Amino acid sequence: MSPAAPLRIIAALSGGVDSAVAAARAVDAGHEVVAIHLALSRSPAAERNGSRGCCTVEDSHDARRIADVLGIPFYIWDLSERFQEEVIDDFVAEYAAGRTPNPCLRCNEKIKFTAVLDRALALGFDAVCTGHYARIVDSENGRELHRAVDPGKDQSYVLAVLNEQQLASAMFPLGDTHKDEVRAEAARRGLLVADKPDSHDICFVADGDTSGWLHSRLGDAPGEIVDAVSGEPLGQHDGAFAFTVGQRRGLGLGRPAPDGARRYVIEVDTASSTVLVGPPTLLDVDLIYGDKARWSGPAITGVTAARVQVRAHGDTVPADVDVLGDGVVALLGESLRGVAAGQAMVMYDGTRVIGSATITRATRQ
Amino acid sequence: MRPEAVTAMVAEMGRVGNASSLHASGRRARRIVEESRESIAAALGAQPRDVIFTSGGTESDNLAIKGLYRARVSEDSRRLRILCAPVEHHAVLDPVEWLAKTQDAEVVWLRVDHLGRVDLESLGAELALDPESIALATVMWANNEVGTVQPIAAIAELCAAAGVPLHVDGVQAVGQLPVDAALVDSLALSGHKLGGPHGVGALVLRQGINLVPLQHGGGQERDIRSGTLDTPAIASLAAAITAAVGDRDSRGAQTLALRDDLVRRVLGSIPGVSRNGDPINSLPGIANLSFEGCEGDALLLLLDAAGIECSRGSACTAGVPQPSHVLLAMGLDPLTARGSLRFSLGYTSTQADIDCLVEVLPSIVKRARRAGSAR
Repeated sequence: MSPAAPLRIIAALSGGVDSAVAAARAVDAGHEVVAIHLALSRSPAAERNGSRGCCTVEDSHDARRIADVLGIPFYIWDLSERFQEEVIDDFVAEYAAGRTPNPCLRCNEKIKFTAVLDRALALGFDAVCTGHYARIVDSENGRELHRAVDPGKDQSYVLAVLNEQQLASAMFPLGDTHKDEVRAEAARRGLLVADKPDSHDICFVADGDTSGWLHSRLGDAPGEIVDAVSGEPLGQHDGAFAFTVGQRRGLGLGRPAPDGARRYVIEVDTASSTVLVGPPTLLDVDLIYGDKARWSGPAITGVTAARVQVRAHGDTVPADVDVLGDGVVALLGESLRGVAAGQAMVMYDGTRVIGSATITRATRQ
Repeated sequence: MRPEAVTAMVAEMGRVGNASSLHASGRRARRIVEESRESIAAALGAQPRDVIFTSGGTESDNLAIKGLYRARVSEDSRRLRILCAPVEHHAVLDPVEWLAKTQDAEVVWLRVDHLGRVDLESLGAELALDPESIALATVMWANNEVGTVQPIAAIAELCAAAGVPLHVDGVQAVGQLPVDAALVDSLALSGHKLGGPHGVGALVLRQGINLVPLQHGGGQERDIRSGTLDTPAIASLAAAITAAVGDRDSRGAQTLALRDDLVRRVLGSIPGVSRNGDPINSLPGIANLSFEGCEGDALLLLLDAAGIECSRGSACTAGVPQPSHVLLAMGLDPLTARGSLRFSLGYTSTQADIDCLVEVLPSIVKRARRAGSAR
């Protein structure tokens, strides 16, 4: 099939099944496709370890093999320096400040749809194609970002940070397909990665031990674990930065709460190195503030009814959202439990992404 | 592959016979192998018994360097130093570095000038320092990335006077330049670089030079390189070498004229371009150019899209482009080295190819410069 106006496309191949099928579909659509694989680490591990991470030497070989099967040129773009500065350093700084960053979202924003996209456009390409599960819809109101049809794989949450210009040069060919169909299609096309496990976790934390990884970079900063209700010290920790609001495991408190209820991290204060813990009810919030608002289409004007999602693959709740400075404020229609600063708050109108903001504070009215 | 090489290979592929066997078909195959050995020796000024067939340039270099080192050390345990030019191919650099890492070798990196030529004075000084401690010296005949031809005769003379064996990687030179194997102690060559097949090559080893073999087995190739001989590939290699040496001068003159036309027109039409390597003593088919403000792989991508295939330096295991070690050794800064490309011309290159390149290159460089500044 030959489109009316074939585009020049950069297809980012991770070496996994999704980006492979996305690139194959772009080729089938008649576009002129050039594949790239992003080298994000200076010292990549040789082999993949189950589903953890990506960006190993083995992944780059898989990506090259996919490009060869598709018959398209293949290049490796070394973005390890940008990735270090924009994603890894930011990840450490955010945790050090007591927040919980989302590095995948950051990578989409700063690496795939800034560094790669800028370079692609400068080289004369029209768009960057990835294997993300989200839909781009050209409506009468302009270009819109929507949830994927596969709710289990939908990645609109980590793409909501893209602005209109970035979306204008993005291509997500898998948004209308379920994952199992993508795997079947990969097998049909003879792409040998059809059965490769999905990647989870944080790609640059090789063993999945985020707390240990943070300690190896930030050292130890001992402090107290304090009961959020009574103010009573309950124990010690060796770095408040390694805790996340809503966390239950790994508190290391020997004795149970007087009422026997489980304790959760309620608040993380890295300045005083204090971790407040308490019953889960203290985690319920219905008022969320965010900064760095991004709009996938036109910005909202005035109080707008939306549905809000505060974590990847989390549920949405109804909310009234409004612009506040360069951020947003959301008054939730029902309370949410365990909302961590640093995560994204994404606002939806049905399946359409309205925009996103970085959570700065979550509280009760 | 050159047609002569294809014909020779196809003819042998239709026949059976192991050149190590005693029966009739073995004898017939052996005759082909030995005649190939004789014609290769004749083309390079060597004796037939000096020619050892291998799987290619990399194996020949490994066999010579590791084999010489082990033989020399076993004769005299003080011989741990290896003199090596920093502009060598990885097939030489990596075995040398492996010997340093695992076999107690000490690498002495020879000084090269801004054109990539080994500095004879510093070579002389290193050789004079303590010749008894030197296992071998290794210098390539001509450089694959920038085309610079080394003063091999002078280097060989210095090494011989010091009693140090000299290995020469001649993979780029055989078929392109007059190569006299009698000048050096060992010479590596590869089939696919001279119009022959991939996967076959030879080491030309001067009589009296001892090597410890890497492969042990059937005792082929005077026990230096065991392994069943690939008669079709060997016949094809000999046909390619004979043909390449035969028409070397006329082919070289034609390639050189195209190469010089390319360089002159590119330097004349695009600002911020400089040439790397020796402009006079060079391989006829290599032009290495640095494009200010460009990433080499951006140029590569755009040229490939325009149907022009060229190369940049090497890549790490993950495929990330690295600045060329050759250009760095010649004193280029890493940024300039990253913006460098090698254009290789061969006997199939035409004036139309050069015209096409010269026409598309200015806009490609402009675009790559824009992408380079898009950081």
